[in-house]
Amino acid sequence: MSRHLSEAAKHAHHAVTSNVIHVPSIRYLGILPVIVMLGGAVVLLGMSSLVKRPLRLRVATATTLIISLTAFGLAWWQWADVQSRGPYTTIDHAVVVDGLAVLITVLVTAAMALSALVAEGYLAREGIDGAELHVLAMVSAAGAILMAEANDLVIVFLGLEILSIALYVLTAFNHKRTESGEAALKYFVLGGFSSAVFVYGIALTYGATGTTNLTQIASFLSHNVLVHDGVLLAGMSLLLVGFAFKIAAVPFHMWTPDVYQGAPSPVTGFMAAVAKAGGFAAFLRVFVSSFGVLASDWRPIIYALAIVTLVVGAGLAVVQRDIKRMLAYSSINHAGFVLLGLQAATARGVSSALYYLFAYMFMVIGSFAVVTVMGRMGDADHDISSYRGLAKRQPLLALAFAVLLLAQAGVPFTTGFLTKFQVVIASVDGHSVPLAVVAMVSAAVAAFFYLRVTVLMYATSDEPSDGVPDAAPTVTPALVGAAGGGRTMWSGTDAAGETRTRLNAALLMEDDASAEPASDEVETTTETEEVTRIPVPVGAAVAIGICVAVTVVFGIIPAPLVDFAHRATLLFLP
Amino acid sequence: MVHAAYLMALLPLAGFAVLVAAGRRLGDPWAGWVGTVAVVGSFVVACIALAGLLSEPASARHFSANYFSWITVGGLQVKVGILLDPLSMTMCMFVTGVSALIHLYSIGYMKGDPEFSKFFIYLNLFVFSMVLLVLANNLLVMFVGWEGVGVCSYWLVSFWHERDSAASAGKKAFIYNRVGDVGFLIALFLIFSKVGSLDLTTIFAHRGALGSAGATAVALLLLLAAAGKSAQIPLFNWLPDAMEGPTPVSALIHAATMVTAGVYLLCRVNSILALSPDAMWVIAIIGGATAFVAATIATSQQDIKKVLVFSTVSQIGYMVLAVGTGAYIAAIFLMVAHAFYKGLLFLGAGSVIHGLHDEQDLKRMGGLARLLPWTYGTFLVGWLAIAGIPPFSGFWAKSDVLANVYQKSPALWALGLVTAILTAYYMTRLFVLAFRGDDRWAAAVDGHRPSDPHESPWVMRAPLVVLAVLAFAGGILDLPWVHRDGFASWLSPVFAHTLYLAHEGAGLQVVLAVIDAVVAVIGVSIAFALWRRSVDKPTLEPAFLQRVWYWDDFYDAVIGRPGQAMARFAATVVDGRIIDGAVNGAAAAVRKGASGVRRFQTGYVRNYALGIALGLAAVIAFVISRVWWS
Repeated sequence: MSRHLSEAAKHAHHAVTSNVIHVPSIRYLGILPVIVMLGGAVVLLGMSSLVKRPLRLRVATATTLIISLTAFGLAWWQWADVQSRGPYTTIDHAVVVDGLAVLITVLVTAAMALSALVAEGYLAREGIDGAELHVLAMVSAAGAILMAEANDLVIVFLGLEILSIALYVLTAFNHKRTESGEAALKYFVLGGFSSAVFVYGIALTYGATGTTNLTQIASFLSHNVLVHDGVLLAGMSLLLVGFAFKIAAVPFHMWTPDVYQGAPSPVTGFMAAVAKAGGFAAFLRVFVSSFGVLASDWRPIIYALAIVTLVVGAGLAVVQRDIKRMLAYSSINHAGFVLLGLQAATARGVSSALYYLFAYMFMVIGSFAVVTVMGRMGDADHDISSYRGLAKRQPLLALAFAVLLLAQAGVPFTTGFLTKFQVVIASVDGHSVPLAVVAMVSAAVAAFFYLRVTVLMYATSDEPSDGVPDAAPTVTPALVGAAGGGRTMWSGTDAAGETRTRLNAALLMEDDASAEPASDEVETTTETEEVTRIPVPVGAAVAIGICVAVTVVFGIIPAPLVDFAHRATLLFLP
Repeated sequence: MVHAAYLMALLPLAGFAVLVAAGRRLGDPWAGWVGTVAVVGSFVVACIALAGLLSEPASARHFSANYFSWITVGGLQVKVGILLDPLSMTMCMFVTGVSALIHLYSIGYMKGDPEFSKFFIYLNLFVFSMVLLVLANNLLVMFVGWEGVGVCSYWLVSFWHERDSAASAGKKAFIYNRVGDVGFLIALFLIFSKVGSLDLTTIFAHRGALGSAGATAVALLLLLAAAGKSAQIPLFNWLPDAMEGPTPVSALIHAATMVTAGVYLLCRVNSILALSPDAMWVIAIIGGATAFVAATIATSQQDIKKVLVFSTVSQIGYMVLAVGTGAYIAAIFLMVAHAFYKGLLFLGAGSVIHGLHDEQDLKRMGGLARLLPWTYGTFLVGWLAIAGIPPFSGFWAKSDVLANVYQKSPALWALGLVTAILTAYYMTRLFVLAFRGDDRWAAAVDGHRPSDPHESPWVMRAPLVVLAVLAFAGGILDLPWVHRDGFASWLSPVFAHTLYLAHEGAGLQVVLAVIDAVVAVIGVSIAFALWRRSVDKPTLEPAFLQRVWYWDDFYDAVIGRPGQAMARFAATVVDGRIIDGAVNGAAAAVRKGASGVRRFQTGYVRNYALGIALGLAAVIAFVISRVWWS
C-alpha cells in the first residue's frame, strides 16, 4: 500500500512541476460496467429521439435488458479478474475495483434487469410509451455502481448525485398521480439539504487530513495522531449524516414513507434495492476502512442510530394500512439490520452487511413487483385489504408474495433468515450484545406485519362481515402445506386447530380494529372485486419467479451466496 | 462407474419432482409408471456402481465424494456428499431393488384410488430419502434422510387419513420416532462437541477423542434412535399401528427398508460401538428381548398384517442382537434376506387382502390355496424361509446370527432359539389359517355370500415371483462353507477391526445349524397339529399377548395421560394467561408507541428537514462531548 502512496505522491509532484495536464492511466475493465450503463442510457435516449413516435415499450425494455445483462456479465468478468489478480485502483487512485465494488456492481445490474422486467408490465398498463424510465434508471444504477467503486470522497459525491438526481425524476415519473409530484419535490428538497451536509463533511475532512482520497485518509490517520481532531470529527459526523439520509436511517428517514408511497411501484422496488446498496457500499468503505482508526468515535453513533432505526422502522410499520408505506417502514427496519454489520466494524460485519444487501435486493424487488401487479390501473390500489383472499383467486401470486414476506420476516429456509442471523452474529462478535437483542426483538415485532398480510391473503374472502373468520383453521394448514411443497395432510380439526382459530381471530380482529373508520367501505370493495383476477404481465411474473427462486434456493443452500459475500470482503481494499 | 452413484438418489428425486408437477395430469396408471421407472433407473445405477466397486481390489472399495458445501457456520462445516463402500452398496442394492418391485406392485394395488398419483409422490420421495440416508458421508446429511423417511412414513401411514385410526396411527408413528430422533440429535451434538466434525470418515479417524464414557453415551443415544426407527423395545409400539397404511407401504417401509435403518446406523458406527463393550451388551439384550417379546405377541394376533408386523419387530430384534454381538455381517445378511422374504410375505398378504376385498381377519380367511394359486405358491416360499427351514434363505441367515450369539452368550442364544420356535409356530399358524382349511370367508355377510376371491393382476404377481425366487435363493449370498470369499469377505473391510470373530470349529457350527433346523421343524409341527382343524383356541391367544403385554396401556397411563394433563394446563394457564397476556400487552404497547411517534410524520418538508437538523445536532453534540472529555 505504501508503495502505491509514494507513487501517487510522485505523480502529483510531477503534475505540478511540468505544468502539463497529466492523464492518469486507466484500466478500462474496472469502469466498464459504469461505461456500459451510462453509454447504454445515452444510446437508448438517442434511439428514442431519432424515431418520430415514442419508442415502443418492447424495444426499450429489450434494450435495457441487453445493456444491464451485459454490465452484469462484465461484473462477473471483473469478479474473475479480481479473484485471480487481486483488487486494484485505477484512474489515479480515484476508483477502486475490489470485492465489495464488484459485488455491488453485480447486485445493481441484476436489480436493473429485474426492475426493467417489472416496469414493462407497469408501463404497458398505465399506457406510457417511451424509454425515459429505463434511461433514468440506468443512469441511477450507474451512480450506485460509481458509489461502490469510489476511492475518493469527491467520486462518492459524484456517484451519490448521479444516483439521486435520476431518482428524483423517477419518483415524479407518473405525472398523473399528484402524490408522485409531491413526493419527488420532498425528496428533492431534502436530498439537496443532505447533499449540502455531505459536501460540507467532505470539505471539513479535507481540511483536517489534506486529502479526499480514501486510501490516503486512512494512511494519514494511521500515521498521525491529531491533537485537536474537532474538525475531523465534525467532518466525519457530517458525512455520516449524509449517508444516513441516503440509507434512510432514523431520524433521517422521514422522506422514505412519502417517497416510497408516491413513486411508481416498480421504481420504489428499484430505489429500495439500489439506493440502499450504493449508499451502504460507500458508507462501509468510508467508515470501516478510511475512518477505521476512529471506530471508537463513530461506533457509538451507529449503535444509537441502529437502535432507533430498528425500533421505529418495525413499530411504525405495524400501524400502516398502505402496503407501500408498510414496506417503506420495513425497509427502514432492514436498514437498521444492515447497520448492525457496519457497527461491528469487522470483516465479518462487512461481509454480513453485503450478504444482507444482496439477499434483500431480491426480496424487495420481488415484493414491489407483486405490489406493482396488485396496484392495478392507476397504481393506486395499495390498501392491505385488497390482499384479502388473494390466495383463493391467484394462488401462485399469493404464494410468491407469502414467500417474499416470510423471507423478509426472517423465516428459516429463506435467505431472509440467514441475513438476520449473520448480522446478529457479527454484532455479538463485536461485543454489541444489547444491540443484537434489540434487533431480534424488532424482528419479532416486524414479523407481525409480514404475517398479517400473509394471513389476510390466505383468509377466505367470503367470511361473514363481522370480521370473525369461520374458515381460519384452514389458514395455517395451507401455509404449512405451501412451505412443505404443497402437500397438506393436516386435518385441522385437532386441539391445535382450536388454538390456531383463536390466534387467527386475534390477528384479523386487530386488523379490523385498525380498519374501523373505513370498514364498511373495505367490505364493499372486496365484495365487488372478488371475482376479478388481476392479470400478471409476463415480465413481472419472470421477475417475481427469479426473486422467489433466489430467496428460497439460497435459503436452503446458503453456502454459495454466503461465500460470495465472504470472498468479496476478503478482497476489500485497503 | 462409481462416480455416477449420486444418481441413485437423484433419479427418485426427479421422479418426485415430475409427479409433483404433473402427477395429477398423468393420473392412473401413468403416474405409477413414472414413479416405477425412476426407481428402476435408480436400481440400474446401483447395479452399475456395484460392478464398479467389484472391479476394485477389496482394500480400495471405498468411494467418497463431496458435491457441495451445505452449511458453513463457525467450526461446523457440512458438506453434502456420498460414501460408497460395501455396506452402503449392499443397502442400496436391496433398497432400490425391493423398492422397484414394490412400486410395480403398487400400480396394481392402488388402482382406482382417488389419490393415486399422490401415493407415488410420497413413495418416490421415500426412496430418495432412504438412499440419501444410506449414502450420506456425513451424520447431518444422514439425519436429513432419516427425517425424510420418517415424514414419508407418516404421510403414507395416514394415507387414508379420512379414517380416524389411520390419522392417529400416523401421529403415533411420528411421535415415537421423534423420541428416537432426540437420541440421534443429542448424539450428533455430543460427537460434534468432542470430535469437531460430523463427517463420518473424520469421526472414525478421531473416535478416540470421544473417550470411553463419551463412546458409551453416543452408542446408547444412537441405540435409542435405532430403537425408534427400527421399532425395538421400548419404542416398538408404533409399528403395529403403522399397518393402517396401504399394504405396499407396509411391505416397503415397515418391513423391508426403513425399519432396518436403525440397524444400518448401528452398523455404520461400528467403530464407535467397539469402544464400549457395555453398550454392546445393552444392544444385544435389547435386541434379544425384542425378538422374544414380539414373537410371543405374534402368536396370538388375528389380523394377518399384525402377525407379520410383530414378526418384523422380532426379526429386527435378531438383527440388533447380532449387532450387539459384533456379528455385523450376520446382521446385514439377515437384513437382506429379511427384506426379501418379509417383503414377499407382506405383498402376498396384500394380494390376499386385495382378493378378499379388504378382509384382514385371519379367522375369516381359509381355503385360499385353490383360489389364489400364485399368491399361495409364493407365500409358501416366504413362510418356509422365515420359519427357518433349510435350504431357504431364512435358515442360513438366522443360523449365522445364532451361531455368533452362542459364542457371546449362551443365555442370549437360548432366548434366540426359543424365539426361533415361536417364529416357526406363528408363521405356520398364519399360513394354515389363511390358505388351508375351510373357506370361512364364504360365510354369509348381511345375508348374501360374498363373491369369490380373485387372483391379482400381473403387475402384482410379477414382484411376488421375483421376491419368491430371492427369498428361496438368498442364502447363497453367504453359505457357511464359502465364508471366505462370499458376502463376508465383501463386507469385512467395513468392519475390519471391530468384527466379532467366531471361534467355533466346523463341528460346532454344524451342530448349531442342525439344532436350528430341528427347532424350526418342531415349531412348524406344533402349529400344524394345533391349528389344522379348529380356528378357535382362546387359551392359545391370551389377552395378555393380544394386547401386546399391555404395553400401550402402560404408556397411556404413565406418559399419555399426565402428558395430556400437562398440555391442557399449558394451553389454558400458561399460554392463555401468561403468554397471551404478555404478547397482547406488548402489542398494545407497540401500537401506542407507534401512534405517538407517528405524530412526527406530518407530511411537511419543513418538519422533515427539522428532523434531519436535530439528528445532525445530536451527532455533533455527541462528538463534541467526546472531544471535551478526552
